[in-house]
Amino acid sequence: MFIKKTLFSIISYCALIKTALSAESGGMPQLDPEFWFSQIFWLVFTFGLLFLILSKFILPNISSNLENRKSQILENIEKAEAQRQESDDKIKEFDKIIYESKVHAKNILNEAKKKISEDINNKKKLLEDEINSEIKAVENEINELRKRSPETINQIAISTSSDLLRQLIGADVNQSNISAIVEDLSKKEKGKYYGV
Amino acid sequence: MAANPMYQFNVYRIGPEIKLGEIDLSFTNASLFMVLSALTVLIIFKLGSKKNIIIPNKIQLLAELSYSFISKMISDTAGTKAKPYFSFIFSLFMFVLFCNMLGMIPYSFTVTSHIIVTFVLAAFIFIGVTIIGFLKHGLGYLKLFVPSGVPIVLLPLIVVIEIISYLSRPISLSVRLFANMMAGHTMMKVFGGFVVSLGIVGGWLPLSFSVALTGLEILVAFLQAYVFAILTCIYLNDALNLHH
Repeated sequence: MFIKKTLFSIISYCALIKTALSAESGGMPQLDPEFWFSQIFWLVFTFGLLFLILSKFILPNISSNLENRKSQILENIEKAEAQRQESDDKIKEFDKIIYESKVHAKNILNEAKKKISEDINNKKKLLEDEINSEIKAVENEINELRKRSPETINQIAISTSSDLLRQLIGADVNQSNISAIVEDLSKKEKGKYYGV
Repeated sequence: MAANPMYQFNVYRIGPEIKLGEIDLSFTNASLFMVLSALTVLIIFKLGSKKNIIIPNKIQLLAELSYSFISKMISDTAGTKAKPYFSFIFSLFMFVLFCNMLGMIPYSFTVTSHIIVTFVLAAFIFIGVTIIGFLKHGLGYLKLFVPSGVPIVLLPLIVVIEIISYLSRPISLSVRLFANMMAGHTMMKVFGGFVVSLGIVGGWLPLSFSVALTGLEILVAFLQAYVFAILTCIYLNDALNLHH
């Protein structure tokens, strides 16, 4: 009785499982080999074609595009570097020119200053010389006059004393006597008359 | 029928039945989305590579960024020797990515949610990588299964494990992508079904889940394409630069 019952229950379970499985309509469609060959064929066909077209026509293009861009960028960087170098050189050159022209301007200025001061000095010297020579001439004249003045005074003194004597005495006195006296006097009284 | 979350993975014939002998090669919805994905990739990259201009426009920037992204990924994981395989890995990544992404459009079909598709891709990669490995290193490629610095006692065990892990590569690669895609789309369908069945009162919670899942699935779509491509690179690295 017990065995019969268990057997019945096992059979009914099996039936249940069987109906449940068939309700799944055969389980996974992936395991149904009906279209396997079709799928393989179309896979090989489409993937093969994709591979051929990509590798023959498209990927080389992309690769060359990338290469071109890389080389162009490198080239541009190189060019930019060269131009930077050039501009640096130009700036240096410019600085040099400015420095040189500054030096030149300084030189010109110095030269001009020198020239002007020389000129001024020359003129000063010339003027001084002129003044000096004039002073000298005047001094000479004065000296001459000073030198000559005692003689003239003596002569005047001699002539006036001879005149006086003639009027006083009424006779000519010897000129040489008078001159001797005057000279003697003038020598004695030199300080008195000339302030020497 | 439409409420079944697995219904979205059904493949059906579009147009007439094409038969090559006994083999059915009919154009199906899966074929349609493969063609659409390939076409989308081609159109985007054709537009993005058309003009040779110094300052790129948006679509060109997209194409060039993808190019350098994949290029960097390959050189990081597989080195400079993997350069000849760039086109293949690029096509692979783009194809898987666009199949995944187009699958995110409602009522569309996800090509990569079928094990046969991902398995064929993975098997092709596996066989290709193995051939490359033997061509480059001859029988020396078998050294891949003998890691250096392992005690002799353990060696038989390690070699067996290495061989099993190598042979399971196509399975793990294909199942990873297929399972991720299928699980995500099934889950979205289930939550979408909840929205309908719970109605205007209770449907908001599964709806918000659905919105969040959509974002997650877009992330997964990208991530799985990336993982697929990067694992291919790693396998390629094993074949090109043998240093295990």
